[in-house]
Amino acid sequence: MAKPVLEIENLRTSFNIKGNYYAAVDGVSLTVHENEIIAIVGESGCGKSALALSVMGLHNDKNTKLEGQVNFKEQNLLSLNRSKWNKVRGKDLAMIFQDPLTALNPLSTIGRQIEEPMDYHLNLSSTAKKKRTLELLRRVGIKDEQRIYKQYPHELSGGMRQRVVIAIALACDPIVLIADEPTTALDVTIQAQIMDLMKELQNQIKSGIVLITHDLGVVAEMADRVAVMYAGEVVEIAEVRELFVNPLHPYTRSLLNSIPSNLSDKERLHVIEGIVPSIQNLNRTGCRFAPRIPWVPNDEHEVSPILHEVETGHFVRCTCYKNFHFPEEKVGEPNYVTT
Amino acid sequence: MSLLNVKELKVHYPIRGGFFRRVVDQVRAVDGVSFELEAGETYGLVGESGCGKTTTGRAIIGLNHATGGEIIFNGKNLSKMRGVDRRASVKDIQMIFQDPYSSLNVRKNVLSIIAEPLRNFERMSPGEELKRIQALVDRVGLNPESIYKYPHQFSGGQRQRIGIARALALNPKLIIADEPVSALDVSVQAQVLNFMQEIQKDFNLTYLFISHDLGIIKHMCDRIGIMYRGRFVEEGTASDVYNNPQHLYTKRLIAAIPEMDPEKRFEKMHLRQSINEAYKTDYNTYFDQNGRMFDLKSISDTHSVAVQ
Amino acid sequence: MIKFIVRRILVMIPQLLLLSLIIFVVAKAMPGDAVTGAFMGNPDVTPERIEEIKEKFGLNDPWYEQYGRWIGKAVQGDLGMSYAHKQKVTSLLAGRVSNTVLLAFFTLVVTYLIAIPLGIIAGRWTDTWADKAIVTYNYFSFATPIFVFALLMLFLFSFVLGWFPSGGSVDIRITEGSWEYVVSKARHLFLPVMSGALLLTYSTIQYLRNDIIDTKLKDFVKTARAKGVPEGKVYTRHILRNSLLPIAAFLGYEITGLIGGSIFIESIFSYPGLGQLFLQSIGTRDFTVVTALVMISGIAVIIGTMLSDIILSIVDPRIRVE
Repeated sequence: MAKPVLEIENLRTSFNIKGNYYAAVDGVSLTVHENEIIAIVGESGCGKSALALSVMGLHNDKNTKLEGQVNFKEQNLLSLNRSKWNKVRGKDLAMIFQDPLTALNPLSTIGRQIEEPMDYHLNLSSTAKKKRTLELLRRVGIKDEQRIYKQYPHELSGGMRQRVVIAIALACDPIVLIADEPTTALDVTIQAQIMDLMKELQNQIKSGIVLITHDLGVVAEMADRVAVMYAGEVVEIAEVRELFVNPLHPYTRSLLNSIPSNLSDKERLHVIEGIVPSIQNLNRTGCRFAPRIPWVPNDEHEVSPILHEVETGHFVRCTCYKNFHFPEEKVGEPNYVTT
Repeated sequence: MSLLNVKELKVHYPIRGGFFRRVVDQVRAVDGVSFELEAGETYGLVGESGCGKTTTGRAIIGLNHATGGEIIFNGKNLSKMRGVDRRASVKDIQMIFQDPYSSLNVRKNVLSIIAEPLRNFERMSPGEELKRIQALVDRVGLNPESIYKYPHQFSGGQRQRIGIARALALNPKLIIADEPVSALDVSVQAQVLNFMQEIQKDFNLTYLFISHDLGIIKHMCDRIGIMYRGRFVEEGTASDVYNNPQHLYTKRLIAAIPEMDPEKRFEKMHLRQSINEAYKTDYNTYFDQNGRMFDLKSISDTHSVAVQ
Repeated sequence: MIKFIVRRILVMIPQLLLLSLIIFVVAKAMPGDAVTGAFMGNPDVTPERIEEIKEKFGLNDPWYEQYGRWIGKAVQGDLGMSYAHKQKVTSLLAGRVSNTVLLAFFTLVVTYLIAIPLGIIAGRWTDTWADKAIVTYNYFSFATPIFVFALLMLFLFSFVLGWFPSGGSVDIRITEGSWEYVVSKARHLFLPVMSGALLLTYSTIQYLRNDIIDTKLKDFVKTARAKGVPEGKVYTRHILRNSLLPIAAFLGYEITGLIGGSIFIESIFSYPGLGQLFLQSIGTRDFTVVTALVMISGIAVIIGTMLSDIILSIVDPRIRVE
């Protein structure tokens, strides 16, 4: 396997809510390798975005507590002070944001915004910066780069802006790229273009890419490995083909079954009972998915669920996956949506 | 006879310019759209942002002013009706909105939210009203006690159920659902979609389902109209459109749906590339010199395509 | 841009005509007129004589005839005679316009010099003691009526401490053009300017503070941090540029507000400007002066808003005026 470039060890990110700290990311360990796309997938509130922002050090340090280690280039990022952080961010560690409409400064030209990270990380003359910027624009598939260089964000379409956001991330040849829902805000044809572009770029730049998404379709299209997150924990990690062919954790299986395009027409979609618990109301002992599969007997769960390696590289949390089956559809009974 | 017949619907907005701010051009948000809905079916309007699908839905219910064309609902021409008559007919058409939070008044409890359409259109004693509302709340799968709660006390999926209960209050015939699940997580989305299918049977509803998500449209709809730049590109049954797409744009849209089988992703990527190539070579077959789509031509009983 | 300014000026003409008409009619509808105002209670002037004078000046003609006469002359730059001051309105205004412009200009400059740094500090370091102190000052400046504050300043710095003069715009004994003349002007301006500015900072501080707090959370600021931009530069290059934008746009409206505010300040500090003249003229029913003053402030308002639009279109690339 390729060499590891980023190692997250037992990361715990807690937010201060009315005086108490609650973990949104609760003991996550992940390794990102060179030239791989690892997808982190889960529904809103599972902690995937909090994880991304923790690795980038973008949380407000006043109300956030970070524990564990994020090892990158032989240092633990969590122990860095602000100015050392700023030497890493934007250079070896870069980020692509979700919404291209808001991720760019409305008052700066595209050229300035792509050159900005070079100001701080590369020792280049202004002509060299411009040359590099025009090159980057071409690399992200923008053809009239001379014109776009001088334009402002509002003059570009959403797809073009996302290309610019990607160009900013690539400005200083990052070793690890974190992409937080990079295609979610885009139309489907634009999403396809951006997905294809990112795969193409990955082949060129050989960075490790952490792809945060809620969309299993995007995962299937892009990822090499997948980590499924639920309630702050990784519940399953596998190589992408393995995960789609042999999903094990009940949450992974439920998610796959609730996607309309995965089924034949008009069949009933699978519904996961209950809702994702908020971080204040989360019961942190035992299997966190247990309340949502109440028909599974208690003794099927582990007391303190850990990740089990069921096959090389395929990990599943808890033992409840072993005999897991979906219940028969109950017809006619009122089933109130419980909060 | 069809329940809803939309003929050559146009919604244009003026663009003003020049020294005296005269109308110099029109934004053709919807530019000559025609389709029919049979009672009991689900018709999907699909397209990317700005294609005119939402404007079409809003023009049918009267939230956008139609600049041209006719909307015939239940045998009555809505575009010719004004005031009380129109209100009475439009009562049979209800709408479900995308964002379940912003479409509910946060200062009203569930009871008053659902009671509003009833109070506007029907005279009921408070007792009757309460009974009716409790029945509706029960039907959409919410706890009967929840009628005294406020929108912020519910999850996204539950809020969308409240929106559906409000839409159902007047026993409508047609429901226009504008991106009803786009703001929801997949598992919650599944709840709402299943539920919409259930009540369709129970209440004998007809749906006009507006969405950008081709997977959901395929799952929900009997017939589909693909829109692009304010016009129809292709219309047909779900299998016509998904298994046998004819227009270049439809092909591009369908090829853009993420492939759920990781084994086939390179195949899919190559398919997308070949369609992009086709855009360069075959453009004139599908668009006229102004980049406008041609009128729909029928190629089978159910399937029509906008080609020359 | 030129097209835009020309259009705005063309739109301005009917606006000003309508404004003048309303002012004229309202002024005429008020009880009394300049002649009665000047001679009332004077036993030497008989009511017959008053009627005679009114007839002579055309004050008994229907209002539209009077308006027609007035507007016809006004467009030629003749705003008529002041009955109370017995001189041309234009020459009466000439000296005072510069005083008021000077007062307004320095008030605005001092307001921004105080408000912008305070707004930035409060917005950047929210919930610190500095922020709390600034917010408290803001509550006081918002709640304090300008005439109370101005009187207090006058009492403290002029009567008790005697640091500054209590009235006028310049020491009349000093010859114009000398260095002492400038110093004297500045000393006379100091109290009125500070009284106005210390209270006017309210809206700018409040707006800037809120806007910085909002902008801090914007995605493009996150993008900037993710680029490794140092914290100070995140503020100067990204947050402040965006947050100062609306302040720049409000400049025009701020000028408008100053003109209204000058009435109090000028009266309290006996500063010979337009505001003080306005109050005097209303007292003596000197309508030619009142109408002229209201017209001037009307023009200032319209020019102020136009200025705002132009500034905004220059600093914000998203807004381009044709």
